[in-house]
Amino acid sequence: MMSSSFNLFRVGISFVMMCIFCKSAVGSLSELSPQKYFSTLQPGKASLAYFCQADSPRNSVFLEELNEAVKPLQDYGISVAKVNCVKEETSRYCGKEKDSMKAYLFRGNILLREFPPDTLFDVNAIVAHVLFALLFNEVKYISTLEDLQNIESALKGKASIAFSYVRAIGTPEHRAVMEAAFVYGTTYQFVLTTETALLESIGTEDIKNAHLYFFHCKQVLDLTEQCRRTLMEPPLTTLNIHRFIKTMEAPLLTEVAEDPQQVSTVHLQLGLPLVFIVSQQATYEADRRTAEWVAWRLLGKAGVLLLLRDSSEVDIPQHANVVFRRAEEGVPVEFLVLHDVDLIISRVESNMHIEEIQEDEDEDMASPDMDIQDDEVAETVYRDRKRRLPLELTVEVTEETFNTTVVASDSIVLFYAGWQAVSMAFLQSYIDLAIKLKGTSTMLLARVNCADWSDLCTKQNVTEFPVVKMYKEGETPVSYTGMLGTEDLLKFIQLNRISCPVNITSVQEAEEYLNGELHKDLISYSSVSVLGLFSPNMTTVKEDFTEAGNCLKGYVITGIYSEEDVLILSNKYAATLPALLLARHKEGKIESIPLANSPAQDIVQIITNALLETFPEITVENLPIYLRLQKPLLILFSEGSINPQYKKAMLKLAKDKHLDSLIPCWLNLQNTPAGRGILQAYFDALPPLPLIVVVNLHSGGQVFAFPSDQAIKEQNLLLWLKKLEAGLESHITVLPAQEWKPPLPAYDFLSMMDAAASHHPTRKDPECTKETDASEKDKKQEDKSAIRKEPIETLRIKHWNRSNWFKEGGKSFTHDNKEL
Amino acid sequence: MDLWAAARLWGPPGLLLTWALHLALCLRSAQTSVPPSRDYCVLGAGPAGLQMAYFLQRAGRDYAVFERAPRPGSFFTRYPRHRQLISINKRHTGKANAEFNLRHDWNSLLSHDPRLLFRHYSRAYFPDAGDMVRYLGDFAQRLGLHVLYNTTITHVTLHKARQAWNGHYFILTDQMGHTHQCSVLLVATGLSVPNQVDFPGSEYVEGYESVSVDPEDFEGQNVLILGRGNSAFETAENILGVTNFIHMLSRSRVRLSWATHYVGDLRAINNGLLDTYQLKSLDGLLESDLTDLAIVKDREGKFHVTLKFFLEEGNPSADADAVTLPQDDNDNFAMRVAYDRVIRCLGWNFDFSIFNKSLRLSSGGKFSKKYPLIKASYESKGSRGLFVLGTASHSVDYRKSAGGFIHGFRYTVRAVHRLLEHRHHGVAWPSTELPTSQLTSAIVRRVNEASGLYQMFSVLADVILLKENAMAFEYLEEFPVQMLAQLETITGRKARHGLFVVNMEYGRNFSGPDKDVFFYDRSVGHTEDAWQSNFLHPVVYYYRHLPTEQEVRFRPAGWALPRPTAIHHVVEDFLTDWTAPVGHILPLRRFLENCLDTDLRSFYAESCFLFALTHQKLPPFCQQGYLRAQGLVGTESLRRHGVESGLLRDYTTADRLHEDGARRPLGSSRAPGPPVRPPESNKEEL
Repeated sequence: MMSSSFNLFRVGISFVMMCIFCKSAVGSLSELSPQKYFSTLQPGKASLAYFCQADSPRNSVFLEELNEAVKPLQDYGISVAKVNCVKEETSRYCGKEKDSMKAYLFRGNILLREFPPDTLFDVNAIVAHVLFALLFNEVKYISTLEDLQNIESALKGKASIAFSYVRAIGTPEHRAVMEAAFVYGTTYQFVLTTETALLESIGTEDIKNAHLYFFHCKQVLDLTEQCRRTLMEPPLTTLNIHRFIKTMEAPLLTEVAEDPQQVSTVHLQLGLPLVFIVSQQATYEADRRTAEWVAWRLLGKAGVLLLLRDSSEVDIPQHANVVFRRAEEGVPVEFLVLHDVDLIISRVESNMHIEEIQEDEDEDMASPDMDIQDDEVAETVYRDRKRRLPLELTVEVTEETFNTTVVASDSIVLFYAGWQAVSMAFLQSYIDLAIKLKGTSTMLLARVNCADWSDLCTKQNVTEFPVVKMYKEGETPVSYTGMLGTEDLLKFIQLNRISCPVNITSVQEAEEYLNGELHKDLISYSSVSVLGLFSPNMTTVKEDFTEAGNCLKGYVITGIYSEEDVLILSNKYAATLPALLLARHKEGKIESIPLANSPAQDIVQIITNALLETFPEITVENLPIYLRLQKPLLILFSEGSINPQYKKAMLKLAKDKHLDSLIPCWLNLQNTPAGRGILQAYFDALPPLPLIVVVNLHSGGQVFAFPSDQAIKEQNLLLWLKKLEAGLESHITVLPAQEWKPPLPAYDFLSMMDAAASHHPTRKDPECTKETDASEKDKKQEDKSAIRKEPIETLRIKHWNRSNWFKEGGKSFTHDNKEL
Repeated sequence: MDLWAAARLWGPPGLLLTWALHLALCLRSAQTSVPPSRDYCVLGAGPAGLQMAYFLQRAGRDYAVFERAPRPGSFFTRYPRHRQLISINKRHTGKANAEFNLRHDWNSLLSHDPRLLFRHYSRAYFPDAGDMVRYLGDFAQRLGLHVLYNTTITHVTLHKARQAWNGHYFILTDQMGHTHQCSVLLVATGLSVPNQVDFPGSEYVEGYESVSVDPEDFEGQNVLILGRGNSAFETAENILGVTNFIHMLSRSRVRLSWATHYVGDLRAINNGLLDTYQLKSLDGLLESDLTDLAIVKDREGKFHVTLKFFLEEGNPSADADAVTLPQDDNDNFAMRVAYDRVIRCLGWNFDFSIFNKSLRLSSGGKFSKKYPLIKASYESKGSRGLFVLGTASHSVDYRKSAGGFIHGFRYTVRAVHRLLEHRHHGVAWPSTELPTSQLTSAIVRRVNEASGLYQMFSVLADVILLKENAMAFEYLEEFPVQMLAQLETITGRKARHGLFVVNMEYGRNFSGPDKDVFFYDRSVGHTEDAWQSNFLHPVVYYYRHLPTEQEVRFRPAGWALPRPTAIHHVVEDFLTDWTAPVGHILPLRRFLENCLDTDLRSFYAESCFLFALTHQKLPPFCQQGYLRAQGLVGTESLRRHGVESGLLRDYTTADRLHEDGARRPLGSSRAPGPPVRPPESNKEEL
């Protein structure tokens, strides 16, 4: 019995869902003659028949409702028919007058009840009444407190009671209770009342709404003791009652020793959170009592578990005494330190509230947060607004003074807008730069607030903010294209002190240039010096190189040597003219690169590529340059400087061309703390450093980790890379490939305007009204009884497509089905 | 004679001179068959004509302005009769932004020369008309505009020619009988014909254009003024203190510009009569249709108001004193008193007389016949290539915006010029192309400073055309929104991937002659109520596709634009400063990112770095900045604020790693990161 009714219930639930999401799908009402009807009745099967005159078109509203009830009743094994009374076949059910048409409920061919049509006012009433009649034994209707007490004392130690109050028979709540009784009626005693006095007498204050209490009578052994009661808080819907009863069935308290993330109970499946009370051997008894107390308080709202710290393999932070796990998949557990049990309760309840909103209006997530700044730049600039910057260290330029100050001397000009956060964040770096350069630079540091001098900015071709431009007498202004930070801009300014390419006039000078003597003070800003070597007659390539040098000015030091004795240099460094010499000052190495008829743009490319290191330390600043190569990264994460052994191994591998398909690099967590964030994303549990990973950023996003139990040695690495290449290694994680979507929805002013307009019937906009109708219908369908605050209307444009919305809704319901 | 004497003295050069003269004469005679031809002819050197001349000059176009008077702005030499302009000359706003300041400068024309701002011409808040004449003279002269003064165009006709830009030339004939051939005709002649209503006795009525402005002449008189516009009130204001009383008669109720938000309605500066009327000082306002009235003069030369109906009824030849007066039946008739003067102040009409029928330049907008019929692009509906500029083009936004006034039409003239540049010279509508990360800023910048949007609210609007994948956009300024459907042909820009329109609007039901604009609680402060803002505020419309002509024409009543896919109102601001980070910019950003279905937040380089190594895709800000090695580094103090706010994480302390326990999922709640969508695999697990 249980299993069959359970199946029925499943169908019932899914029907409710279907009903919510596609109202139109309803089975059709069969129309029969009386004779035909009685011949279809099967023994033991219930059937509802509405007898009416064949020609009477009245009661069409009732017929529509009846039509809608066909499907739900069929799901409970009850057939529905409309019987047309024709003159030839009179039946006693047909009645004499046209007005006294009635509906009758049969089991087999035994009449159980007759219903005047006005009691069956809508589909809910039809289903409720029919089930109520059929479940006459399972559901006790009572009207006094005495009745309730009698039932309670009779059932102590035997069965628990589901006591519900509904405002009237035939309401949607009544139907929900009856549908639940259909499933659970054999397990629990269902008791129903419509008497408010009864409800009041058991201590309920809110008598306006329907209520359901669970009386825990089964556990009661002492007959003088009262059954514990749990009030169901969510509105009475079939699904909510089902969920509530399921939690009543679940064990009150479970002891676990496993990882809270892995634990699974019925609560999670029902969308309820879990509360783990962390316990230790020493305090076990007390903890268990606390946990039980909490469990009673949270019954129906959350699952409560006792987590034994000592036997647990999980690393629980030392002071944490409560672990909170949300029902949503993928949300990490929260370790909490709560010293008051009420805090646990309120934590769950506040969380539930959010959950409810999410459930009801799934596009409405976290709507109260819409006015909270989630732009880190805007927020930090705003928080810093009261700090006075030493702006006087830079010259404020206006429309009137621009020509006299900026054009008159070599200047750097920052164009910003006072209201724009990114500009203002960079202005701080700019002021820091001014502090660094105070009194040392010949370059004038100026700024223009484009919020004030809009026309000036437009004239200077500044259309976005912030922009930095360098103005030098007799030269066209150059826009700075580096990182918007103090260090990089400083480098740009310093390197711009020399004209690039520098004209080198003697071999002696060239040597000084290459060993860094010539521009000693600048070497720290450019780790590489480039020298172009040309015979005096190579005019075209010389011009191209000069152009390229100009292009790179401020980023790289370039020099040019094309005296008659250039061969001395070319021979010394084994270069064929025209050629580039690259002096890497840090390593003290000088390389040569041949330069065959390359246009300026290619020379720029050659130089930029030459600047890349074989095994660089990757930083926030230089990552973009390496990413341009579009290759997977091989990163060695190191706490502090890299072990020279590792470096050697890597360089050896690189030299042997084993790393050509990768960008080998290392990351110093002390210089680049964000690296920790990266590691946390890659590893569940962080193995000890150093770590080597290969990140396939550009195709697939897989992350592979070099086994931490292996030593970082050339051989091991090579073997691992080979296996990787052969596809024999499995990845530890895959980087998410999602597009960046709007973090939060926006206000849907259009529908707010529509809603306002629909209150003025004078204005007709066909499209508007259509949409409003639809959304109103949605609301009705979504929740028939829930009384809740109207949420702020929000929008997500992609969801404007209603069919999409339905699809998503359908999906979430398929999972619910599986749970059941 | 002297010349000839000189020529004789000089000998050969004289010959040369005569030869040259002869040549010129020949040319002159040749021109009678082929008139001098110009690409652009502008009629009238008033503010609109000069404004157009300025743009044509800057673009290096072949143009000429024809002006009847010997100097520009001749209208202002006589009008307003009482010499005070009612356009605001706000010399200080506390801001340096020149574009913003134009929002409060109602008299200057647009030019690149900061000396040509009206504040240099008058210190008065409501300046003298003489200053306007001086200003317009300087404007024409300083900018070297090509104006032919003392040239009265008496007749304009159309000459079909296949090779012409528009399939025809406009042939202008001046008072000397000389003709000029024009490819495009720009009519900026304003409204010059006083509006007269014909009724019996209208011959006794003095017109605004000629009535005395000396208050002495009205000493102790009963005065009736017909009309209820600014000129009527201006006339009343002048004589208010010397008359017995003034009655003002017009068909419709008084429309106060502070209630209608239309500058052409009665301005507070002229409303003295309303004050004295309501404070029971004998002056008064009456409503009646003028065409039903008649005025009769009695033997003493006083005027009586009666009904036309009574005149027709009685004997037309009967003595004036014998005519039935309304008070004969109805002894408390309001206007039973006899008047000493009746003054007509009924406004002006466009002068249609010089245009030949072939131009099909007809009158009749929906409001009145005073304006020529034009499209929202200011081109005549009758003939292509004929544009109406300035006051005469006000039918487009009559009683709505400022298109009939200098501070409005200086922008519509620019829009017409941009249209012509594209139509005839292949110069696309000016635009700025920017990456998406600049979208919010681009809008914030414009709504905070743009004067054209502010003055010509709901007529000119900025249009943002999205590029493929919404990674970049083109920003077009001050496009006539009613032409939105024709945007591609007018501007030469493509709108394939959706667009935003940035407009300025008053609240839907805020403006009107009978509206109380000072009601309690009239201002909206909360961002979620922004759509109910009453005061002028920016509104952004999002369209997935360019609206069609049908959609523009049959847009919902009261809407400036057709129904969009989504709409955003930036909440009204008391200071008209829409730069509040949370109140204005944040909701705008949320709207834009939901329209584009992307994340438009800005990030520091460190965050981008983290994303670059933990996500396969990056938000636009990181893509367009950090990945091009132009990331925003930030300073230590900003980073600290970031950590405090919870938006940035502090990775510097190593032990945090263990303290946090389990790994943090990529992109959870407040920390930056794309929202996590439950993966498909969830279903299986259940």
